[in-house]
Amino acid sequence: MPKIKIPKGSPSIDMTPMVDLAFLLVTFFMLAASFRSSEPVDVDVPSSISDVIIPENVVLVTVDKDGRVFFNMSDPEARRELLTAMSAKYKVGFTPEQMDEFTYMSSFGCKMNEMPGYIDLESDARKEFVTEAIPYKDSTANQLKDWIYYGNIAALNTGKTSFMEAKMNGLNPDPIDYKPKFILRVDSKTLYFKAQKVIDVFRDLNINNLNFITSMELAPL
Amino acid sequence: MAEIAEGGGGGHGKGKKRAKKSSTRVDMTPMVDLAFLLLTFFVLTSTFSKPKVMSLVYPAKIDPKNPPKEQPKINNAITFILSEDKIYYYTGQFYPASKPGPKGPTVFEETDFGTKGVRKILADGNEYVLSQKKINGKKLENKQIQDTTYLRLLSDSKKNNKALKVLIKTDDKATCKNFIDLVDELKIAEIGVIAPVDLMPAELVLLKTKIK
Repeated sequence: MPKIKIPKGSPSIDMTPMVDLAFLLVTFFMLAASFRSSEPVDVDVPSSISDVIIPENVVLVTVDKDGRVFFNMSDPEARRELLTAMSAKYKVGFTPEQMDEFTYMSSFGCKMNEMPGYIDLESDARKEFVTEAIPYKDSTANQLKDWIYYGNIAALNTGKTSFMEAKMNGLNPDPIDYKPKFILRVDSKTLYFKAQKVIDVFRDLNINNLNFITSMELAPL
Repeated sequence: MAEIAEGGGGGHGKGKKRAKKSSTRVDMTPMVDLAFLLLTFFVLTSTFSKPKVMSLVYPAKIDPKNPPKEQPKINNAITFILSEDKIYYYTGQFYPASKPGPKGPTVFEETDFGTKGVRKILADGNEYVLSQKKINGKKLENKQIQDTTYLRLLSDSKKNNKALKVLIKTDDKATCKNFIDLVDELKIAEIGVIAPVDLMPAELVLLKTKIK
């Protein structure tokens, strides 16, 4: 009787499909990833049922739990215009390298005279930079108001340009999509009256439609 | 790891020296390691969901040079006053103890966040809009109306006189979480008019006696 033959051969597994799959996933995640830019403050946003996604052209103001204020803008071109306007107003000079760095920075919170030094820091060191953040309580030196005011103008200009571009390309753009939106990112532990002071700065500039960043929560049925 | 080296031992026997027959296979283990390392990195660092926003329109600031002559009369309004996790509310106008209204001075009722608290009050108060929404929702389901018509009818019903209007006031202990939670409840109850306004001095006095 013939014995059962044990196949002689190496116990190797063909790994090609696995590698294919792994690289496919790597490629997917690489292309789909949008990196979390490191923010100078950690903010734990409150939750709501709202499912409106954050718009494109925004001016974002962060209020952390101690009531410190940070400023950010989405459009790189608008940021450059904003810093030029602010540097002329406060007579603080910036080198072209600092200008370039500023256009890709995340939120910042410091006084105008600390700005050049702040830009020169490494992004990790910015987190440790001790500052009183952007001053806004004093009505005579309300720097936040100027940031928002010039930020609004700069974002309107770049919004207009991209609106025209979209029109030239034969699309039918809605002007509302290109107007700057104002976003408030508040920590859930921030006392409301502190956030209200920032909201009042917006209202002084006649900006009454504000958006709060919230994390998603399921709506009750 | 997956491939075991084999057949390398021979070659020194009798006869001609043959060129070693090397396998055409490449050991893929390091590549797989690398691929999965990258995969893990991208999975952990990427953020998919863009943040969500909740829109809120604040009333325009009153110009101190030409203030409006008289306060507009609000009918069918409810005022919420937030203080930490507590919510106080009253309906209609505010009547201080020194100047009581037709039903006497205003008294603050207390409620909390939750399905039986503030959500029920809002659902009862805003019954008109919610019932309209239900009726129109049925029509939409039966394809009697278009979805654009549905949205228009919904926003029309929110502007109706019978719809509830809400004023939000906060004291200095309320956090942003309380505020956003309340606005969220208002959105759930389909409230059209939401006005965050400042606390009046008379209300603050009444609130202090209530908290004690």
